[in-house]
Amino acid sequence: MSRKVPEEEYQKTVSCRLKRWLEGAEDPFAEGMEMGRQEPVTESPEAKERREEDEKQLRQRVYDLENNVEIRIFRRFYRVFSVGFCIFLVVMLLAAVSDLPVFGHPENPVNNQVAERYIENGLQETGAVNIVTGMILDYRAFDTLGESHVLFAAACTVLILLRTDKKKEQAEDEDNDRRYEPKNDVILQTVARVLVPPIFIFGIYIILAGHLGPGGGFSGGAVIGAGLILYLNAFGFARTEKFFTAKTFRRVSFCALACYSLAKSYSFYTGANHIESIVPLGTPGAILSSGLILLLNICVGVVVAGTMYTFYAMFRKGNY
Amino acid sequence: MAFVQNFPFLSILLSLFSGPLCSILSGKWAKRVNTGVIVTTGVMSAFVLQHVISTGQSYVYQMGHFPAPWGNEIRVGILEAFMACFFCAVMLLCMLGGIREREEQIQESKQNLYYVMVNLLLCSLLALIYTNDLFTAYVFVEINTISACGLIMIRQTGRTYEAAARYMIMSLSGSGLLLLGICYLYAVTGHLLMSNIREQVQFLAQTGQHHLSLMVALGLMSVGLAMKSALYPFHTWLPDAYGYSTLSSSAILSSLVSKGYIFLLIKIFCRVVGFNVVNESKVVNVLFVFGIIGMIMGSLSAIKENNLTRMIAYSSVAQIGYIYMGLGLATEAGIVAGLYHVLSHGATKALLFVAASGLGDASGNSDRFADITGAGLRNKLAGTAFLAGSLSMVGLPMFSGFISKFFFAQAAVGHAHKMFPTVIALALSTILNAVYFMKTVIRIYTPAPEGSVGGRQIGVWEQPAKSAALVCLILLNLILGLNSDPIVRLIQRGFEMFD
Repeated sequence: MSRKVPEEEYQKTVSCRLKRWLEGAEDPFAEGMEMGRQEPVTESPEAKERREEDEKQLRQRVYDLENNVEIRIFRRFYRVFSVGFCIFLVVMLLAAVSDLPVFGHPENPVNNQVAERYIENGLQETGAVNIVTGMILDYRAFDTLGESHVLFAAACTVLILLRTDKKKEQAEDEDNDRRYEPKNDVILQTVARVLVPPIFIFGIYIILAGHLGPGGGFSGGAVIGAGLILYLNAFGFARTEKFFTAKTFRRVSFCALACYSLAKSYSFYTGANHIESIVPLGTPGAILSSGLILLLNICVGVVVAGTMYTFYAMFRKGNY
Repeated sequence: MAFVQNFPFLSILLSLFSGPLCSILSGKWAKRVNTGVIVTTGVMSAFVLQHVISTGQSYVYQMGHFPAPWGNEIRVGILEAFMACFFCAVMLLCMLGGIREREEQIQESKQNLYYVMVNLLLCSLLALIYTNDLFTAYVFVEINTISACGLIMIRQTGRTYEAAARYMIMSLSGSGLLLLGICYLYAVTGHLLMSNIREQVQFLAQTGQHHLSLMVALGLMSVGLAMKSALYPFHTWLPDAYGYSTLSSSAILSSLVSKGYIFLLIKIFCRVVGFNVVNESKVVNVLFVFGIIGMIMGSLSAIKENNLTRMIAYSSVAQIGYIYMGLGLATEAGIVAGLYHVLSHGATKALLFVAASGLGDASGNSDRFADITGAGLRNKLAGTAFLAGSLSMVGLPMFSGFISKFFFAQAAVGHAHKMFPTVIALALSTILNAVYFMKTVIRIYTPAPEGSVGGRQIGVWEQPAKSAALVCLILLNLILGLNSDPIVRLIQRGFEMFD
């Protein structure tokens, strides 16, 4: 037996709203989301004319096709030559690959005393259960030191290229940001609320367990960076800027890289001068073991996460 | 182990550490840190040089607790220490000469990032010089490429963005080829340490195994590094990158960055592959031919140019051609001549760039030929410096350029097949050099026509830093030109230590 409900109350029930949503009469997300109108691209005839004129000018003045013999010859031969060159390169490289030792053969030159010592003595000498981590952060730590500075240099170059300091440009960026990206998207925010904490914890786990199993600073840092980017997409710059700005990035990276440089300087110095290092290796398998590797993994992780986030933030908006 | 033996490692780590440090400092403090770091590394390298000269032996420095094929190591000999010392000195002078340009052309808030890039560049150059491991070399080549890109585009005009994009594309393809070459070499030898690879390569060359992949690896590495150091057909990124970036950047890029790659290539030829194998392959002949074409084509492009800095940039193409020609001779004398030209060109090109900016200052900040008429009379020191640099590039006795041309000719004489092409190319290129440099010198000493605007007198004391840099660079040129004997002996001894 059904009960007659007044119209006003019925309007508020879930079933009514579901029905209206299915009919397309109401969009429950419409008010929560903040999004600028996306106007279709229209081009006035004058603008079109100007653009075409610009292109014509570009051809005439920059390339000067009528008088520039070099470019005329270049254009004529470019396609043929590039295809020919690519074919030559592919054939040459394939021929060289077929000449290489058979992949995975035990007698290959790569299976020499170098790899042997990494595998057989890696655990005792570095204290890291994960041999790869032991190799990149202890045996060949100098390369990895350079590699983490590559990331830092790349992030700084992006800062040079894209950071805007003028208030007007920043406001424009803010507007552009609203035009194409929905703000306060309920679905995204709900999912992010659920997902971001586990992503962070997982990333931290990968970094901290880098010397115990698969993982390490580079992969863990990438996971944390992805988490930060997801958080930024869901909640916008206003929320992330409370704890992470370009200044924070530079300070945190400096601390991490300085820590890495100093720790490794100590170990390079003692190693080269044949002084016993005071850093204990600990019990293999324990979380606090394998000498400096844990610390170095954390440093690398911090730099990688910061760099990933900086790339994203810089390409999306000139400042953060 | 003597304490001084730690200095190469300390100088690499110090410059590496100061990169991130500069990113959190203000521009002013970053500048001081940068100057301090360059001076410190230069002084440390000088001590190392003195140490290796007195012991007469090179030594390896183990980076960490594990010996070489397992861990990393760096190797220090006379040539390495000398190059490090020279690079630091030239870099300091380049930075000194461009102080005012940097302040004007770089945004206030990005000043410190410039010094981050310079410090990382210095570190990568030192590491390229000292490393004894091919993969370490690759890692620092990456740092070098990225920071050089930053140095080009920090001026933030459309021209420098375009130049940086071109530089990045060409330079990264070069890095890619270098990496491919290293991979091939690793697959056939199983080592990354230079001395171990050489043992294996010599063994493979004797037995004739994996000949094709060895040659492909050698070719890929040579072409990759030739691209990065702007050998002739790969020079298209060069004029814009050097011509439009801020003064210190163009001076550093032309006199140091490309030279770092050339030094690495010489190292690969002598220490990784072994010279007999390189000689048997035809790679050196290819480098020789393109070096000679570069000498002529670079000069021809420079003659056509009507912008002073771009003209100097095109002249770099020709000078890089000289160095590759020396390498292509594939004799010890040829390589020593090439190394001497690395020094001579490094000192002269920095001088020319700084002098050209001084001439531009006296002509209303323009470097078009039409505007610089009489600039040498308005800015006397810059005019003198430009004259000295031009004479050195043309190869007048007393200046460094003469000595390197002399050595190139000496190395070519008696060479079975390459004597005539080398000598003819040298003569032709000298004439072409004289055409465009003397044309410019005559122009800057011709009084400006009545009623021209924009020019103003500039005294020596108006920009003391630039004047000091110019004087030091002229002196450096004269030292290299007048006192070449001990320097060449040093290079020869260092080169013998390479084996």
